[in-house]
Amino acid sequence: MSAPSVARSRVLPAVLGWGTLAFSIVAIEGLIRAGLINRFIVPMPSEILLAFPRIVSEESVLSRFMLTIAEAFSASFLVAIFGIAGGVLLHRFNLLRQATETWVAALAAAPLVLIYPLYLVIFGRSATTIVMMGFTAGLAPTVLKTLEGLSATRRVLVDVGRSFNLTPAQQFWKILFPSALPTIFVGLRLGLIFALINIVGVEFLINFGGLGQLINELAERYDLAGTYAAICFVVLVSVCVFVLMERLERWLRPVD
Amino acid sequence: MAAMSTPSQRLAASAEAASARPILVVDDIVKRFETPDGVLTAVDHVSFTVKPGEFVSLIGPSGCGKSTLFNVIGGLLDGYQGSVSVAGERLAGPHAAIGMIFQEESTFPWRTVIDNVAFPLELAGLSKAERYARARHFVELVGLDGFERRYPSQLSGGMRQRVSMARTLAASPKILLMDEPFAALDEQTRLLLGDKVLQIQQELKQTTLLITHNITEAVQLSDRVLVMTYRPGRLKREVAIELPRPRTSEIVSSEAFGRYVAQIWGDLREEASRGLRDDEKHKRASDHA
Repeated sequence: MSAPSVARSRVLPAVLGWGTLAFSIVAIEGLIRAGLINRFIVPMPSEILLAFPRIVSEESVLSRFMLTIAEAFSASFLVAIFGIAGGVLLHRFNLLRQATETWVAALAAAPLVLIYPLYLVIFGRSATTIVMMGFTAGLAPTVLKTLEGLSATRRVLVDVGRSFNLTPAQQFWKILFPSALPTIFVGLRLGLIFALINIVGVEFLINFGGLGQLINELAERYDLAGTYAAICFVVLVSVCVFVLMERLERWLRPVD
Repeated sequence: MAAMSTPSQRLAASAEAASARPILVVDDIVKRFETPDGVLTAVDHVSFTVKPGEFVSLIGPSGCGKSTLFNVIGGLLDGYQGSVSVAGERLAGPHAAIGMIFQEESTFPWRTVIDNVAFPLELAGLSKAERYARARHFVELVGLDGFERRYPSQLSGGMRQRVSMARTLAASPKILLMDEPFAALDEQTRLLLGDKVLQIQQELKQTTLLITHNITEAVQLSDRVLVMTYRPGRLKREVAIELPRPRTSEIVSSEAFGRYVAQIWGDLREEASRGLRDDEKHKRASDHA
């Protein structure tokens, strides 16, 4: 591929992505101004834009953003450590897998946010409750996808390892784990989506801490533009976590 | 055609091989499997030896137990009768003396060509500089210089098999054990890779045991071809291939080559027909069931 075509192949998707976003914003603005969308349900993008300086100066959104992102990273770290370890355990011990895989799958589909009162009793109205809620919600998909990735390792790769007389630890770190990495990262992404939803949701529900609490307060005041501006910061948290995840994946496995 | 050895050179080479002690001894191997239809004997009292530097092929129809034998010799399968010894040492499981190349594509997709080839050297604890220097030699040997930084997904099937071969050779095994390594490739690529194997074998004097169902490949590459029967797998005949070395794929057009192919096909045809009839019988039985 020639240099200009390589540059084009990199620039075009970005231009298309940002262009679509800009077009959507302008279209929504136009539809609201034309009265086709009720401005008391969806605020105008221009109003949301104007609300940003206000929520930064008056609502300390940056410190709340930092709190939510810290909770998200803490939960992500716990999900990665315990989720991957859980998947490895189920892969290693077949009896354990047979005994619990269905339960873990059921847990992944359960509305775990409903257990927040229990966590409130255990951890109090604190960031720990929020982090633990995020961790609990993200655990099951990470366990399941780790298990799936390890189980899907091609038999011939395991045989190559055996032919080189690898120890069980070498077999895991040099063959099973790198082979399963793409699927493990799918699980981590799913887990982090669940974790982030629960983190912001529980902040909202228990009216504590970061962006969830701010969104709750702004919604209570019927400050729609401010509420949507705060939601943009939640999206930013998500973007930060996912960019970091992607970097980590590229570093661990540069090409698939 | 490449330069042929003189009759006296060939005589000297065969006398040397004949006088050498076998490096691989496969002694009276019997392997049975439990199946829903009862006990299946896949390999039945198979014995043979391979001398240092020799290239031996095991050929047989599908279902003759070739791959079972490959796994037994490579130490990937246990629960068999008999023994496998390398240089006098009886094997119990995978062993560094035997380097395996698999039929299925087996490069590590997350490693570059050079890192794939350096894999056994990494296991041996060599420094990065040292293992890369040695890996580069094997990359060049299989003709992949210039592709060191590529990932397997950026290579063709034939190139990937050469990466697997270089990786196995980098471990300096006493015996190279190959299970139909070119089975998934087209005929032309297969012949050209055969040339590469011949060149490598000549350069390294690598003792090689090739498991295959391809008669042309077996005759092109081997000093001896061991023909197996259809289930249960037994050795039916041993054919010494007295074609001159060094060889290239051009030899496939020679009259002598054609005679060897015809001779081996004569032995195999009956076995392959039995296999075909057996398959049809099973298919009919399963259709009735």
